[in-house]
Amino acid sequence: MTIDGVSHGASIYPRLGRRVTAARLQAGLFGFWTALVFAFLYIPIILLVVFSFNSSRLNIRWEGFSTRWYGELFGNKVLIDAFQNSLSVAIATTILATLLGTVGAWMLYRYKFPYQRALGLLIFIPMVMPEVLMGVSLLVLFVQFLHLPLGFLTLTIAHTTFCFPFVLVGVQARLQGLDPFLEEAAMDLGATPLQAFWKVIVPYLMPAIVSGALMSFTLSLDEYIVSVFTTGAHSQTLPLKVYGMAKVGLNPQLNALSSIFILVTFIFALGSYFFSRNKKP
Amino acid sequence: MSLIAAVSGVHDSGGYRRPPNLVAWLVLMPLLAWLFLFVIVPTVMLVVVSFAERDALGRIVYDFTLQNYIRAFDWLWLKVLLSSLWYALLTTLICMFVGYPVAYTIGRAPLHWRGLLLMLVMVPFWTSFLIRTYAWITILSKDGLLNSLLVSAGIFSHSAEILYTPFAIVLGLVYNFLPFMILPIYTSVEKLDNALIEAAYDLGAGPVRAFSQVIIPLTRPGIAAGAMLVFVPSIAMFAITTLMGGGTNPTIGEVIFKQFTSGRNQPFGAALGSILLLIFVLALWITRKYREED
Repeated sequence: MTIDGVSHGASIYPRLGRRVTAARLQAGLFGFWTALVFAFLYIPIILLVVFSFNSSRLNIRWEGFSTRWYGELFGNKVLIDAFQNSLSVAIATTILATLLGTVGAWMLYRYKFPYQRALGLLIFIPMVMPEVLMGVSLLVLFVQFLHLPLGFLTLTIAHTTFCFPFVLVGVQARLQGLDPFLEEAAMDLGATPLQAFWKVIVPYLMPAIVSGALMSFTLSLDEYIVSVFTTGAHSQTLPLKVYGMAKVGLNPQLNALSSIFILVTFIFALGSYFFSRNKKP
Repeated sequence: MSLIAAVSGVHDSGGYRRPPNLVAWLVLMPLLAWLFLFVIVPTVMLVVVSFAERDALGRIVYDFTLQNYIRAFDWLWLKVLLSSLWYALLTTLICMFVGYPVAYTIGRAPLHWRGLLLMLVMVPFWTSFLIRTYAWITILSKDGLLNSLLVSAGIFSHSAEILYTPFAIVLGLVYNFLPFMILPIYTSVEKLDNALIEAAYDLGAGPVRAFSQVIIPLTRPGIAAGAMLVFVPSIAMFAITTLMGGGTNPTIGEVIFKQFTSGRNQPFGAALGSILLLIFVLALWITRKYREED
């Protein structure tokens, strides 16, 4: 990518001798810098995966290939339970967030509600609000006012609150490219508004819905701060357990667990990249 | 890439708008109810609790008091707030400096490269932040890779404390929030008009002047959006600061968390939370003002 950066960076400038050289130098430096930053982003992750196969308990030097830590990981009942909790919360969150986000985006597109700008700001807030604030304020609501027991339900509510705006905004972005007469055409051909939405609009929105759902699933699965406030002792999620382990220090089981997650993320990321690339309107 | 959409704040999608009928209101109702019940009400509750007292058992007593706020401005707690802001500021500046050339390179790369490069920036962000932080713990800790490397190379005589320092805290924050800076700057760079840059060169500007007087000013909206997306969450991202700092330099988020769990002083925690809320609202307001001016 360094080479590409150079050739392209130079081509946009007029061919003016010295200046071209300077511009090329700038593009080269930037390309080199970019390569360094990519190394910075990836080296820690790669090392983590490599050392998960180290037979030594310590991370210091390579002592031989082993899958021992993976075996121990799959025997760790506490972690497996936590993973099941995380998974059920993530699935419930994804369903709720996708429904709220998709229907919300469609209604805000189709109609002009009063105070729609203020509503837009309100939807934006859970995406950028510091997680501590969301966690602590929901904790106060759940415990002091709703008297809900902390667990699956409160976790799902909290996660949905910060996930559905991502779905909504993604779907809205795709709606901007929608032909406004598409729905009308469907209705002219005899579809009811519900049928038009379900048979024409939803298929058109599908790439945005899928990527929003994937995003909700990942965000929920990964959430630590909001979860630590809104869950009880009996429904500890995986990030809470991972945090507890990481706080103590090095743990090869955690390396193994992390490697599995990194692999899954890569598959998901590549999958959604090719999915969205092939489904361009 | 909903994050890009989130940054640019696409909320007023065009379309053919009609006034809502009763059915439309009913369909939108779950969303409105959700936002009211789980965003507005809890935030108001947090502020209400911050003016309350607590009894000997740590229960909240609703008597109006300013004592929690007075206590928050105690040097002991003010120091925590200021150091949290300082770490966040440092993180934002480093992300800007490190991320800008990357965003620029990707934004100017051939079209078919951009998607892939952007995805490469995003993948670490999709990986759990706890895993990414743990990756640095394995490198920086006393029995970690870096120490063993430095000791065996003879640079250090024995393992030094690299983890659990302010350096490690900022490193952890930068590593986690860098994509938040690169993405919005990238969207600004992508929109850059080549003709303007060429004009700058034609008029005799060198790369440095073209950059400082044309390119950077034109990409200011992206820089501003990135700054907000890094600065605000960095202030309160206590999971990273606690893991990397080992609790030696507590940040505001950690203190709030402790007041609600082991500290048993929820009204005081709520007061600190309300101060954080004020900072958040201010940051949001400044960025929106800034964007309107642009």
